[in-house]
Amino acid sequence: MRLLRPILAFLASIILTLLGLLAVTFVIGRVIPIDPVLAVVGDRASPQTYAAARAAMGFDLPLYQQFLIYLKNVLSGNFGQSTLTGRPVLEDIKAFFPATIELSSVAIVVGVGLGVPLGVLAGVRSGRWPDHLVRLFGLVGYSAPVFWLGLVGLLIFYAKLDWVGGPGRLDIYYDGLIEPRTGLLLLDSLLAGDTEVFWNAVSHIVLPASILAWYSMAYLSRMTRSFVMAEMKQEYVMTARIKGMSECRVIWRHVMGNVAVPLVTVVALSYGGLLEGSILTETVFAWPGLGRYITESLFNADMNAVLGGTIVVGVCYILLNLLSDLVYRLLDPRAHAA
Amino acid sequence: MTSISPEAPLLEVEGLRVSFATQRGLVEAVRGVSFAMGREKLGIVGESGSGKSTIGRALMRLVPSPGVVTGQKLKVGGKDVLSANERDLQGLRGGKIAMIMQDPKFSLNPVMRIGTQIEEAIRMHRRVTRKAARAHAMEALLAVRISNPERVYHCFPHELSGGMGQRAMIAMMLSTQPDVLIADEPTSALDVTVQAQVLAILDDLVSRRGMGLIMISHDLELVASFCDRVLVMYAGRIVETLEASALSRAVHPYTRGLIACLPRLSEASSRLQTMQRDPAWSQV
Amino acid sequence: MNNARSWLLADQPASPLQARMGRFYTSWLALSANPLALIGLAIVVLLLLSALLAPWIAPRDAVYVQNLDGRLQPPSLLHWFGTDELGRDLFARVVHGSRITLMIVALVAIIVGPLGLIIGMVAGYVGGWTDRILMRLTDIFLAFPRLVLALAFVAALRPGIESAILAIAITSWPPYARLARAETLMIRRSDFIAAAIAQGASAPRIIRRYVMPLCMPSVVIRLTLDMAGIILTAAGLGFLGLGAQPPSPEWGAMVAAGRGYVLDQWWVSTIPGIAILLVSLGFNLLGDGLRDALDPRQS
Ligand SMILES: Nc1ncnc2c1ncn2[C@@H]1O[C@H](COP(=O)(O)OP(=O)(O)OP(=O)(O)O)[C@@H](O)[C@H]1O
Ligand SMILES: [Mg+2]
Repeated sequence: MRLLRPILAFLASIILTLLGLLAVTFVIGRVIPIDPVLAVVGDRASPQTYAAARAAMGFDLPLYQQFLIYLKNVLSGNFGQSTLTGRPVLEDIKAFFPATIELSSVAIVVGVGLGVPLGVLAGVRSGRWPDHLVRLFGLVGYSAPVFWLGLVGLLIFYAKLDWVGGPGRLDIYYDGLIEPRTGLLLLDSLLAGDTEVFWNAVSHIVLPASILAWYSMAYLSRMTRSFVMAEMKQEYVMTARIKGMSECRVIWRHVMGNVAVPLVTVVALSYGGLLEGSILTETVFAWPGLGRYITESLFNADMNAVLGGTIVVGVCYILLNLLSDLVYRLLDPRAHAA
Repeated sequence: MTSISPEAPLLEVEGLRVSFATQRGLVEAVRGVSFAMGREKLGIVGESGSGKSTIGRALMRLVPSPGVVTGQKLKVGGKDVLSANERDLQGLRGGKIAMIMQDPKFSLNPVMRIGTQIEEAIRMHRRVTRKAARAHAMEALLAVRISNPERVYHCFPHELSGGMGQRAMIAMMLSTQPDVLIADEPTSALDVTVQAQVLAILDDLVSRRGMGLIMISHDLELVASFCDRVLVMYAGRIVETLEASALSRAVHPYTRGLIACLPRLSEASSRLQTMQRDPAWSQV
Repeated sequence: MNNARSWLLADQPASPLQARMGRFYTSWLALSANPLALIGLAIVVLLLLSALLAPWIAPRDAVYVQNLDGRLQPPSLLHWFGTDELGRDLFARVVHGSRITLMIVALVAIIVGPLGLIIGMVAGYVGGWTDRILMRLTDIFLAFPRLVLALAFVAALRPGIESAILAIAITSWPPYARLARAETLMIRRSDFIAAAIAQGASAPRIIRRYVMPLCMPSVVIRLTLDMAGIILTAAGLGFLGLGAQPPSPEWGAMVAAGRGYVLDQWWVSTIPGIAILLVSLGFNLLGDGLRDALDPRQS
């Protein structure tokens, strides 16, 4: 029973947040200057036709009833039709989302792999030149507009040097060769045993993933640095040194054990940030992911698609928070008791 | 491992100085301290900020930056600490000299089990298998009169009371069998009721193993009753060295002041004495 | 000089003014010892100067007047940054663009600061259900990815710089509300609040007179730290065509306009991009230095 209460409270808070998210998208869908009824019947329809279509689409109901219908639809996975692709929005999302996941997952792996060690270095040598260098490198990545980095990166590494693949996930030549199983091209091509496609996919993902990784590395190294600095002042670090441990082991065993706890949350947050950063990156790199789907729909006034995409990204955010909270509890023995 | 002859001093300190270059100028925390000790219990008393903890850390070369340690001589078990390289220092720390800090709540790693932390200390200094290290850790816990070492071994620090935590800390620091143990206010964070127990355990282990103990404290009375000899510090200097039994023969006005400030039940005086300081005490 | 220094660094300041000035001076010492922070400060000052003096640095006409004969000229003595696809002088456009950037940042700050402050202070001071509802609302907005939400808002409001500013503001207030609430909870427990209550001060009065002045500094620091993020979001919206509309010399929109020429006329999109990078780097360096200088826990 004592265990159940916090879990219930936690679930309740997630459900409330989800409801809020849907309420916000619902409101946005209503205040939009586009009249969805007009879009269906055309502007030459008679008032009778208009009223009939309006009633058929449920717009004559009171707002709260409309919201309930909206809730029911969304919860059953019905985000409506996309006017742009002519397919159900859910189908579209299923088709586009894996590309975004692939891009941001590669980016977060690289970002953590670089950001955490650099952050530790900066924290341990704080105030000296490694710290300043890491800080500057990180801040430049943090300050550069990703869309601009993408353009410049394509210009230098694709157009001039030809080191990486261009826009898109694959060269046109390889398109459609691999049957999608997971939707993650890197994985699918390996599963199919097609190394040629795999390396082509790698050459395409390297640049956008590096740019996103630089962005998240900046945040991660900065947070790691401040966590490390805070932990290095704790007395247990002195205890470890008194035991005769080398500074290296003190840091990697004792300090990092404690830093890992808050770091999990930060990694989850920056993964969420990458899902978002991918909107701009995908536009520049013509990456067929959810971000590009949302922006393209936006320009075509395809509101069902925009709101559907927004809800999916929002839900991912909430789930990431949830996950980081769970891992936090696993890593910190003090959280078990509380 | 060179064993130390019983007569040779465990610790020789001459002209030890520690200074911190801070934003507000140079802070001289320790200003020329000299003493030597053998297998005895040495107390260091002095008010807050007088440099007691800094001496303890300087002996292990663990003064945090921007601290700088200098001196004519600093030897632990005959080994020169001032000129030792990092590797030798690591062997020395824990192996020859160890330290217990004030509050087990902070000095134990909160995300590591007690047993793991003790084993780690053992395996730093002795090439033993996991299993042997575990057995040693259990022994160490038993030695500090923990009746249920199996349970404590698996505990995280926050699951232990202050007294238990400090016992675990003592077990960890003694598990590598150092010759000198520094105890920096080991009981001041504990409940009064368990203070005596922890001190008794410490006393028993130190005398049984014939180690040297440096007991750092604010509490003159406690140190006098516990130690053989007492160093009185004021503003980074030793102002007086006393046999614990001869407190009443103290000559330095600061020490006499400290003694006068102690409340006594036998004398019904309406007011406690307070300290009157003389700037001359911190001059040479 | 030495006297002023020792007055500022006195261990026991004689007056509140001396204490405050002393604290300010120590923070300045810490900040000025950090070369990166000084570079950031210099960039921010440069941005302010360029926004302030834009009409004198480059004629306003050059921003809009098209010259199709001289389009896509590379950087030269005549056109320091070259010209764009309509033959407009890029230097003039970048300089005048600094006004837009500064305006966006200032307006967002003016909306977000007070909004977050009020929500946070009311939640923290009143507590109970008010607190729970306001914080749930804050969490909902925090749970949204900022750019996506801003996109959806802009879509609903119709593209334009006003919608962009509003959308950024709507998506940026939650952290400020959290911050103000945390501070308020701390302040509420102090004795001088109890004294004010005992004297019969009303809740709005206490919030205005006692709580707000104490919450302000941390909110202002947080705003400095967020400036770069605001600039980048605004530029991103501009790049997507949802923020400032052409022919306005907004940097993000300028990058987007030059996209088609990036292979042969690199300067058209590269130079406005560098401007965005520099300014947001300046705010980041300054904010980072400020945090280190003002937060005693860090050093
Ligand atoms: N890292 C440091 N940086 C600057 N000054 C320091 C540092 N560590 C200690 N000091 C200074 O050294 C002096 C001695 O400190 P120390 O901790 O040794 O005193 P102490 O006698 O142990 O006091 P307490 O009884 O409060 O523990 C103090 O004046 C302190 O300000
Ligand atoms: Mg001390």
